[in-house]
Amino acid sequence: MLKIENLHATVADKPILKGLSLSINAGEVHAIMGPNGAGKSTLSYVLGGRPGYEVTEGSVTFMGQDLLALEPHERAAAGLFLGFQYPVEIPGVSFVQFLRESANAQRKSRCEPPLSGGEFLKLAREKAALLKMDMEMLKRPVNVGFSGGEKKRAEMVQMGILGPSLAVLDETDSGLDIDALRIVGEGINATMRASDKAVLLITHYQRLLDYVQPDFVHVLAGGRIVRTGGKELALELEEHGYEEVAG
Amino acid sequence: MTIAAALLPTRKDEDFRYADLESLARVWPVAVESIALGEGESRALSIVSMGVRELAVTLASGASLDLHVLNAGQDYGRLSLRAELGAGSRFNFGAAQLAGSGQVLEVVTHVAHLGPDAISQQTVRSVAGGGSTVNYLGKVHVAKGADGTDGSQSVRAMLLDRQSAANAKPELEIHADDVKCAHGCAVGELDKQALFYLAQRGLPPEAAKKLMLQAFVAEAFVGAADEEALLAQALAALEAML
Repeated sequence: MLKIENLHATVADKPILKGLSLSINAGEVHAIMGPNGAGKSTLSYVLGGRPGYEVTEGSVTFMGQDLLALEPHERAAAGLFLGFQYPVEIPGVSFVQFLRESANAQRKSRCEPPLSGGEFLKLAREKAALLKMDMEMLKRPVNVGFSGGEKKRAEMVQMGILGPSLAVLDETDSGLDIDALRIVGEGINATMRASDKAVLLITHYQRLLDYVQPDFVHVLAGGRIVRTGGKELALELEEHGYEEVAG
Repeated sequence: MTIAAALLPTRKDEDFRYADLESLARVWPVAVESIALGEGESRALSIVSMGVRELAVTLASGASLDLHVLNAGQDYGRLSLRAELGAGSRFNFGAAQLAGSGQVLEVVTHVAHLGPDAISQQTVRSVAGGGSTVNYLGKVHVAKGADGTDGSQSVRAMLLDRQSAANAKPELEIHADDVKCAHGCAVGELDKQALFYLAQRGLPPEAAKKLMLQAFVAEAFVGAADEEALLAQALAALEAML
């Protein structure tokens, strides 16, 4: 589904990713762990196509397409979802309004008929319930006045509504209390654990991985993947720290 | 009309500092329209794409006027307004200016609080793209003895490119002791992080911009009697611009 080869990327001319390679097949959950500054968030932004993140070398193929040649909204329509570490607040624009437009823009580019207002609300209600989020919150402006945990849950509701093939979740577990962590974990499993979907979890901690069990765990350090293993690698990291395991 | 009044203004006239004088010459002199509300009277009024207009507003004590303006779709659009507020009157003014391809759109206001306890609120939201110019020159004057005055000016402009310009000049002139006057003024660009966030969810750039500008402009029409009609017209103007 996703094949990253020898990826080099810079932010403000500073090299961050230095030859990262990673393959993700449909049906798999991968976790990327690593110390601060290793390039984890940069990887998610490069995949999403955020302006200012420049790829200088390497390639990314997503479902047979050259991902790097696509605009950010085209990547979304192709089935890529980015869960933001810091979801952005947008005053005056409601979740419901923008998500319906987004979902229908994606559907249009895939030559699918648009969702009617009623169909969309039904879908949104169902996905909000999955994350135990009050539907009324989705009628409010995007992320405005939401707590850190509510923002992360709202990200997962959006993921549920948009139904991507690949979700890259950047520290979705940060800012969550223990109950919210479980709800978000279950939400990820319900939405993304399928034979035709895949997840790339970016995280600092092992905790989320208790709920969303990864098939592979990678350690990212110095802009490259320095070690890959099964889910036991996460436990090893938790016990011994990055320096000993990745160093 | 005196001859002096018919003379075409120059840039030395503060109120015409950023005006499109060439376009102005074609319609000058402009007749002053008056809106006078008697004691306790109230009215709601909307003006859309108005050309060059001069309004003289007089509010007697306890009168209330809601005035909303959509300035869009013309090469030169100007609303100049002088308001005189009597005791306990209320003047709510909301204006949106949507300027594209070389247009010059402006709002010039002089709001005079002549009696005590009057309230004036001005909300102006301007969008400038395609090398256009948007202006707001607004003065709130509080006369001696007009205590208990509450006057606010909220002025924001959004520039869609580096070729466009926004001029904003809120002014206060206060001759009373017990007054509350707030003014906020900001010129900026669309939040790039928000645009990326919307794009990542699948919105094409034009749709994302339109959505954010729509929300921005809507602030000028909050509480208008025909809020939805104004928004629909603003949206059509935005679509034509983007």
